[in-house]
Amino acid sequence: MNEYSYMEALRSALRDEMLRDQDVFVMGEDIGIYGGAFGVTQGLLERFGKDRVINTPISEGGFTGVAVGAALTGSRPVVEIMFMDFVGLIMDQLVNQASKLRYVLGPQAKCPLVVRVACGAGRCYGPTHSQTLESWLAHIPGLKVVAPSTPSDADGLLRAAIRDDNPVVFIEHKLLYGEKGPVASPGGEPMPLGEARVVQEGDDVTVVAWSWMLAEAEKAAAELEEQDISVDLVDLRSLSPIDHETVVDSVKHTGRLLIVEEGYRTAGMSGEIAMRVFEQAFDYLEAPPRRLATPDIPIPASPILEKAAVPNTAAIVASVKDLMAYQG
Amino acid sequence: MAIAEKQLLKHYKTMLVIRLFEERVEELFGKGVIRGTAHLAIGQEAIAVGVASALKEHDYITSTHRGHGHFIARGADPNRVMAEIYGKKTGYSGGRGGSQFMADLSLGFIGANGITGGSIPVATGAALSAKLKESGKVAICLFGDGASNQGTFHESLNMAATWQLPVVYVCENNLYAMSTHVKDAMAIENIAGRAIAYGMPGKVVDGNDLFAVHDAVSDACVRARGGEGPMLLECKTYRLSGHSRGDQCNYRDVEEVQEWGKSDPIVRLQTALLERGLLTGERDAEIRESVAAVVDQAVAFAEESEYPDVSTLEEGVFA
Repeated sequence: MNEYSYMEALRSALRDEMLRDQDVFVMGEDIGIYGGAFGVTQGLLERFGKDRVINTPISEGGFTGVAVGAALTGSRPVVEIMFMDFVGLIMDQLVNQASKLRYVLGPQAKCPLVVRVACGAGRCYGPTHSQTLESWLAHIPGLKVVAPSTPSDADGLLRAAIRDDNPVVFIEHKLLYGEKGPVASPGGEPMPLGEARVVQEGDDVTVVAWSWMLAEAEKAAAELEEQDISVDLVDLRSLSPIDHETVVDSVKHTGRLLIVEEGYRTAGMSGEIAMRVFEQAFDYLEAPPRRLATPDIPIPASPILEKAAVPNTAAIVASVKDLMAYQG
Repeated sequence: MAIAEKQLLKHYKTMLVIRLFEERVEELFGKGVIRGTAHLAIGQEAIAVGVASALKEHDYITSTHRGHGHFIARGADPNRVMAEIYGKKTGYSGGRGGSQFMADLSLGFIGANGITGGSIPVATGAALSAKLKESGKVAICLFGDGASNQGTFHESLNMAATWQLPVVYVCENNLYAMSTHVKDAMAIENIAGRAIAYGMPGKVVDGNDLFAVHDAVSDACVRARGGEGPMLLECKTYRLSGHSRGDQCNYRDVEEVQEWGKSDPIVRLQTALLERGLLTGERDAEIRESVAAVVDQAVAFAEESEYPDVSTLEEGVFA
């Protein structure tokens, strides 16, 4: 298998889908000659021209709405929102337009729209350029939300998102763009949306993570392995719909659950995931489920503060050890 | 292109259907027969019909929260529009959308919209599809004076002009955004004047004159179809009815309503038809009788239709 960076995987998936289907186009700020704020769309303008690589004015709400209209009339737009923090500017388009079309208008309407966003802290970009707001989106019926953590998933899930007839928010993490990894089938098949991936099997504790937190959890799992704690590590990959079955099955096996997310703690994804486990695997629990999340604060810019705000490997190791030590 | 004379009676009838349909909706709300809310377009019928009469069969049109008339003018079945307002299974959205959320994509009517200004980028996107696919279609975007103060208006018009999209923005300026008069919401006389800021032509149109609306929209469509880009039309009109159910109209004088009543678009068309000898008193009575039958039928259809099956509540969220 070839090694690709997460960014290369995204770029090749975009290119291939644009080659495969004339109805696919990309739009967003500085995605043309500049190649996108993080470089994902580099080279697409030269290849496909400005009709299909549409460089927009700074009008997130407007151009996302334009994409909804285009999707409703037979196009398959892929919109880039530079920072996930800016979803505040496009929420009406997602919440009141794109996500409701199918349910209300029925089979006559489809909205094959992909909105790519870059989430996450780690670059000291400060309170308005570092957030992970996925729970806002997962809360909305009719939106699909995915957050790949590896180049291979970035490739397969982006292909699937573009071919899906529903609006999909595709969450990329800034720190992952340069990460390299094998891509199962470059130029190949889409991966199904809505399926979690068991990264490694283990017996003692279930750790659920996604996006950048998965990388931190993998490092933690390796450390814990050395201390004879065996982690069943689940990469959720899809935040709507959530593959609760995989999580519940894992917890039934291990009896312990830690959820790690980069979003804010209150009303985040963890509460939802844990509640499903309570509903479906309560009797299997040997300890109360735990979560790690960003505390309920704006994410500070200062490196030392930012680092302290977001869950990391050490916190995951400590949390798992607490879970293992729980005596009831 | 001017309206063909033989089409005029048809348009007159459609305006009457919209008027009577809206009056019936108001009455049914008053009686508590139908629930929720409805925004009536009584007094604005010339815009709905003038726009629809200028379009080609495959063109796109987006509407607003005040959209029953737009939809009927575009060819929607009044039975199914009424059934939707009733929340019935036979409505355009199977009862899921209600008064403000209906569409028929086969008619190019890609949606009424419950969010003020919500459809402006959507219409712009339909025009983008038309341009990319070289389909020759034009998108018509209807919205009110209130929506022209939303960010979506400014962002969309800027993009449409920059990209020379085949879209015609038709603002129905009925003077009030709910209760707020345009003078309290903008410091300019004409919304059409905003067009110059985006680099597109703007034009003020007498929105209560079917001929004026038709001609202005036709000309704008010819431009748009010819690749000359978008245009902003401001149709001056007046909502003779309240904003929605429950509106006491305490923000405007009875005199003002009466004054605008003299410019009732249906009366104006009727007068023009009589003057041109295209309509007689007798024919008018026949038309009005047939219009009453259409609306009676719509109510009967809605009454007789079933409510959606509750077991389908969670179905169809995703394609």
